[in-house]
Amino acid sequence: MEEYIKIENVYFRYDEEDENSSFALNGVSLSIGRGEFVAVVGHNGCGKSTLAKHLNSLYIPTTGEIYVDGINTKDDERLFDIRKKVGLVLQNPDNQIVAGIVEEDVAFGCENLGIPPEEIRIRVDNALKAVDMYDYRMHSPDKLSGGQKQRVAIAGIMAMEPECIVLDEPTAMLDPQGRDEVMRAVKALNKKMGITIVLITHYMEEAVTADRVVMMDSGGILLQGRPEEVFSKVELLKKHRLDVPQATELIYRLRGCGFDLPEGILNEEDCAEAIYRCIKKR
Amino acid sequence: MVREITLGQYMPGKSLIHKLDARTKIVLLIAYIVFIFLCKNFISLLIMSLFSLLVIFMTKISFMKYLKSLRMILFVIILTGVLNVFYGSGDVLWQWWELKITTGGLINAAFVIVRISMLMMVSSVLTYTTSPTDLTDGLERLMKPLTVFHVKVHEIAMMMTIALRFIPVLLEETDKIMNAQKARGADMESGNIIQRVKALVPVLIPLFVSAFRRAGDLATAMECRCYNGGKNRTRMKVLHFSLKDLGALISCIVIFSSVIVSNMLFAAVI
Repeated sequence: MEEYIKIENVYFRYDEEDENSSFALNGVSLSIGRGEFVAVVGHNGCGKSTLAKHLNSLYIPTTGEIYVDGINTKDDERLFDIRKKVGLVLQNPDNQIVAGIVEEDVAFGCENLGIPPEEIRIRVDNALKAVDMYDYRMHSPDKLSGGQKQRVAIAGIMAMEPECIVLDEPTAMLDPQGRDEVMRAVKALNKKMGITIVLITHYMEEAVTADRVVMMDSGGILLQGRPEEVFSKVELLKKHRLDVPQATELIYRLRGCGFDLPEGILNEEDCAEAIYRCIKKR
Repeated sequence: MVREITLGQYMPGKSLIHKLDARTKIVLLIAYIVFIFLCKNFISLLIMSLFSLLVIFMTKISFMKYLKSLRMILFVIILTGVLNVFYGSGDVLWQWWELKITTGGLINAAFVIVRISMLMMVSSVLTYTTSPTDLTDGLERLMKPLTVFHVKVHEIAMMMTIALRFIPVLLEETDKIMNAQKARGADMESGNIIQRVKALVPVLIPLFVSAFRRAGDLATAMECRCYNGGKNRTRMKVLHFSLKDLGALISCIVIFSSVIVSNMLFAAVI
């Protein structure tokens, strides 16, 4: 896979003046491939949101380098090129919608880029269709549900035709149904349109659907790999007070009791299937 | 209670009024306000009232919505109406101590009530039929000449867009905070006015804190979408002045001049 984002030994502290302040990012190195779906997980204050804001130059590393499609994020001249390539969706859907009508909000990014009106119209319609919100284009955002608002926010980024979307806990403030809607939309963008996705989350159930899971702890990367690999290291995750998906946890405990169950189970269906087989064998 | 405020609420539609250029509507509203205060007799007031009702009817938005907008300022209407009854000259109809009701006072009151109600409803026509973006876009274009005097026209328009967008959000938030404080035993409904104002402090402080946090988030989100202060910005919906707008302008000029004519032909009653 072609490398798209390259993070090289990045250290970052919020207060650059204070030499003694601690680093929010503590030597992070990571490479993200084009079209990949990466989930970054970790508990509060582990630096995952800080990392997200580095990917489109909102924050600049204190030391170390980040390259997006070969452009250094420190390069002031190309700031807008980077922001055009990497869109960021934030946690609170209410706070990222600028205009009072859905389609006008989606157009906001394109308008800033100086795209001609006819072209914006096409892009806005496509973006709204991509997140399945086209029927709501004339609605006012404050009449929509959380999941719908978050999809509008994603459409607003999509209309700018980015190559990568970073989502910083996009589902944290949503109910289960809204979470489903948003995750479905995100996955569709990744699979159908080949957009690179970096999903920051603390829901392990969302992380298991990614191509790769990156576990962060105290500003560094604890471990990374395919979801089955990462979540099979239950002891290590527990030691760092990190969650595992419920199904994995159940299998882990049953294994602890001596049942013959396979490792690397991530979702409810597989879990039920494995337990069923185990019982049948007895 | 706060949810009932319909200020700045856009109701999408396809009527002729919806389709007019935002600039036309803004300019005509300003002219309307001037002319409704220029009415000097019942004939001209009648012309303006009929015109207002016609415009309201043409928006194809239920009349109830307009009445709702009136309810917000009902107190103001009644107060100014009542005060006006006691001012003015003419035949004294009723007197008690220094208070006199005169025919002139009654006419004054009638004029004030009709003017304020019409003013409110026709202003609502503008906000109900124009999307907030079109509205601020229209204002931005109308104020463009002011850039010569270093007025930050784009910034003002952007602030208005954001304000209109966040009015309902902050109203909802106020509701939530009030309920949260009530759940903690805060008393906001009893006591004299000073106590009630004091009781609002625990509502306002969290509201301000959250508003600032929202502002920070919004700024980040706008930066993420390449906002750079309006330089080289294009618009998805370009305002354009069409034949409809010309028609609207001409009909308004006719109606407004008929007000002047009736003012000259008939005796002024106010």
